[in-house]
Amino acid sequence: MNAERANHPEKLIFEYSVPGRGAEDQWPAPADGDAAADLPESLRRAQPPLLPAVSELETVRHFTRLSQLNFSIDTNFYPLGSCTMKYNPKACNQYAMLPEFLARHPLAPDSAGQGVLECLYELQEMLKAVTGMQALSLSPMAGAQGEFAGVAMIRAYHRARGDLERNEIIVPQAAHGTNPATATMCGCVVREVPVDAEGDVDIAALTAVVGPKTAGIMLTNPSTLGVFERRIEAVARIVHGAGGLLYYDGANLNAILGKVRPGDMGFDVVHVNLHKTFSTPHGGGGPGSGPVGVAARLAPFLPVPVVGRRGERYCWLTERDLPQSIGRLSAFCGNIGVLLRAYIYMRMLGRDGMARVGEFATLNANYLLARLTRSGFDAAYPGRRAGHEFIITLKRQARELGVSAMDFAKRLLDHGQHAPTTYFPLLVPECLLIEPTETESKAALDDFAAAMTAILTEAAQEPERVTSAPHTMPVRRLDDVRAAKQLDLTWKPVT
Amino acid sequence: MSKVPTDLKYTRTHEWLRTLPDGTVEVGITDHAQHALGDLVFVEVPEAGRTVSPGEPFAVVESVKAASDVYAPVSGEVIEGNPALAGAPETLNTDPYGGGWLARLRLTAAPGALLSAAEYEKLTAEEAE
Amino acid sequence: MAFVPHTPEDVAAMLETIGVESIERLFEEIPATLRIGALEGVPEALNEMQLARLMSERARRDGRQSCFIGAGAYEHHIPSAVWAVATRGEFYSAYTPYQAEASQGTLQLLYEYQTMMANLTAMEVSNASLYDGASALAEASLMAVRANRRSRSQRILVPSTVHPHYRRAARAIAGNQGLRFEELPLATDSGCTGTETLSRYEGEDITALVIQQPNVFGRLEDVDALTDWAHARHALAVAVVNPVSLALLKPPGNWGAKGADIVVGDGQPLGIPLSSGGPYFGFMTTRLEHIRQMPGRIVGRTVDADGRPGFTLTLQAREQHIRRARATSNICTNQGLMVTAATIHLSLMGAEGLRRTAVASHSRTRELVAALSTLPGVRRRFSGPVFHEDVISLERPVGPLLERLAARGILGGWDLQEHYPQLGPALLVCATETKTADDIERYRAALDQCLREARAA
Repeated sequence: MNAERANHPEKLIFEYSVPGRGAEDQWPAPADGDAAADLPESLRRAQPPLLPAVSELETVRHFTRLSQLNFSIDTNFYPLGSCTMKYNPKACNQYAMLPEFLARHPLAPDSAGQGVLECLYELQEMLKAVTGMQALSLSPMAGAQGEFAGVAMIRAYHRARGDLERNEIIVPQAAHGTNPATATMCGCVVREVPVDAEGDVDIAALTAVVGPKTAGIMLTNPSTLGVFERRIEAVARIVHGAGGLLYYDGANLNAILGKVRPGDMGFDVVHVNLHKTFSTPHGGGGPGSGPVGVAARLAPFLPVPVVGRRGERYCWLTERDLPQSIGRLSAFCGNIGVLLRAYIYMRMLGRDGMARVGEFATLNANYLLARLTRSGFDAAYPGRRAGHEFIITLKRQARELGVSAMDFAKRLLDHGQHAPTTYFPLLVPECLLIEPTETESKAALDDFAAAMTAILTEAAQEPERVTSAPHTMPVRRLDDVRAAKQLDLTWKPVT
Repeated sequence: MSKVPTDLKYTRTHEWLRTLPDGTVEVGITDHAQHALGDLVFVEVPEAGRTVSPGEPFAVVESVKAASDVYAPVSGEVIEGNPALAGAPETLNTDPYGGGWLARLRLTAAPGALLSAAEYEKLTAEEAE
Repeated sequence: MAFVPHTPEDVAAMLETIGVESIERLFEEIPATLRIGALEGVPEALNEMQLARLMSERARRDGRQSCFIGAGAYEHHIPSAVWAVATRGEFYSAYTPYQAEASQGTLQLLYEYQTMMANLTAMEVSNASLYDGASALAEASLMAVRANRRSRSQRILVPSTVHPHYRRAARAIAGNQGLRFEELPLATDSGCTGTETLSRYEGEDITALVIQQPNVFGRLEDVDALTDWAHARHALAVAVVNPVSLALLKPPGNWGAKGADIVVGDGQPLGIPLSSGGPYFGFMTTRLEHIRQMPGRIVGRTVDADGRPGFTLTLQAREQHIRRARATSNICTNQGLMVTAATIHLSLMGAEGLRRTAVASHSRTRELVAALSTLPGVRRRFSGPVFHEDVISLERPVGPLLERLAARGILGGWDLQEHYPQLGPALLVCATETKTADDIERYRAALDQCLREARAA
């Protein structure tokens, strides 16, 4: 990022507007007369909408400048825990955007889509293989929708068996907020179970909470605490024994890719975040994709559509083919373009590459953890191996130096490092959740460790420099309270 | 140290209760609670006429980073929610025991066991451990 | 391989720092019984050169057809600048702007997007996107239940003229929370929703009425009367609209006496390629009074420590990471990159470019329907105005005809048989500004041929 440019505020696109200007080369020719005269006046727009009136160059320059105000994987180390910010290979974008793929209408016949359908069918098969599941639907459009589909299937399964009382979803205390929010969207009640001092689920508490109302449990493994749930087989026995099902939140699949499969751990439903493990772009907040895989007994309930194969032909299976489906989650078939990117990534990795992902993601996390603990930082779960991410707690520094995890995060930006996830999980005070991913080099990790160490030194010598950070970004710390109280959510022209 | 006026009663969930001369009660959140929540940006107070029972969520306070339910400390009927808070949620931060009151209630049953100021102070000290 | 940059020396040095002799040791906490060998179901790796060849081959098999299908996804011209800028790594490979100071580009863009969508729909506020139009209708229904405090029934009235996929998605997503979607019957003569079909709901507690404009048939509903009907009964009016149509048609904020309460739709027509159905994006706008009931990310403008303007995510206490089980929705990741493209697209089109696109699409569709109606046995199904889609009636089943047309490289439209059998053989067609007089003539001639073949067979 260019520091001088970065500190120069970019106007709003509306402020470049000049009446009568526009990117006219992009517009259809004007119609002769009123070509919409057949539309009743009462149904027509009286005033044109206030949109920018700018040239093509002004538009390109404005949005290019805006892009330069961002940190991104392409420009910065981005160890945002739980988000798996790995390199997005350029080939994935280029070959998913071939003109034939982009131009295909969602309601075009299957015969005019055998190429894309074959890719999607093979993607389904590969995702089944890496998760250890028997059937899979690609339709959920993000992790949260995958979760929704999973819990909705669990409910549908119990209902179909006449088991109508099961409406409780168990989540560990440290679960991501989407888990309880999803349970509510599915009409379920949330029961929380604690984790012990080493980060494993409290088995006694779990045993006490399961019963005839248990619909299922939602877990990540490695957990949100960055450590592998060692008693996962016992957890599965207890929940299955009570008649419940196990849901695997795929947020942390990167840690175990090619090493262990959720299906083998006893999970009945899995969602996979393709924008995490399978490197589809995060896009400034999406689009994601959350395919959901299931054990055989849940297959009839999968969300539609699903890609099927009849002989040598690929086809969409819909409500007619899966009458017990939980239904349709999107207008068409989910985020196909994202699915194609994941397909390309998986084909480029191949089976050996998959295992390397899990290995090197884990190596990088454990290395960075070792570097940071040697530099005087406290691991939240010392003595445990890190999965693909780990937590350090700055509780001691906050008490001794008056410098919070948020201050560290903001000061890291001045070092050109994107901050880790802060204050999640809520269970660990003053925490940073750090996920380096396998695509970062040792040198990049060393730079991050050096930046953290420098901030620690600075916090002891010149704490206000840390607490007032960042100093080199386009803006300094923003007034969140004002943002929430004096709502300014749209630009209005000065009149 | 947060303030704990001695003339009020308290709950374990950080509400306070003041008995007014006419026998009705005023309810709010404690100085300790407002401090823990940080700058409040939004408050939702209960509508007049609603009946509540002890432990029932009857108001919501929101800061930038948290949203918390406020629980009714007693059984009662809401006489009014504090209308001033909609435009000035920060009053809960600046004057939690005065202008920051959340609701006035008419008791429909005798109050259960509430904490004295000393007991509440002890509770918050223990939580800080 | 796997985009892992480590040299053997790096690995050795890293293992030494950790204090283990092998990477394998790092997995020692995983029970040995759970470990797997090679992943049988995944093929061997391809390098980029091999991959390029494979994908080009697959794309070629999809081919290119002349597309006259609409039904919720529309072929429009997309300026080259849109995706050239949107796929810049700084947009493409960033995430949700949690660290506002290092994400001002994405945040300012979202603020501009929110402004554009609020203006286009004539509403006060917008969120930063939902997944797509259909799931946005589900979220709007859930939001209506929260926002309409006078209603206890959780009953949502949905005309049959709302896109059937939208109705199904809304039911699948929102039905689990006890919402009841009640369908209003189709008036087969007009293809619209008459207020007379609402009369049986007089005096009942209705939470919201959904109004799609243009409706699934491209027909224009009497939105003023429907909105006023809802408001007179303390129901909210939930609008489902096509954003391109709003350059020409009355925006939901101006419907009836008070305007719609919640507006949703699919943003695909704003610079997003068809891509077999996604990724698109859902948009949602509403009145300021309902903002705390709105799902999804919202960006606000504020000031920094020096008093300079800046942008940040705001009202986050609505969201799942704070409110957990009581959040407005479980959505977190939305469709950010699609919104980036749409914001650039809307800047390039402006009000005039968008209006010309809407007018040209309207004209091309009328020309198409006029041309097809000259053929024997083909006629327009409904009279009255349409935006850029229309229904034509045929005398024999549509499916086989579409297959014959596809064999000639023409995607003739969407067969309404599955969802609207009461209309008889009926085909929903669409022509946007991308279609020329030649394209239309080629479709007419091909349909003529196919009808002759079908009659002969």
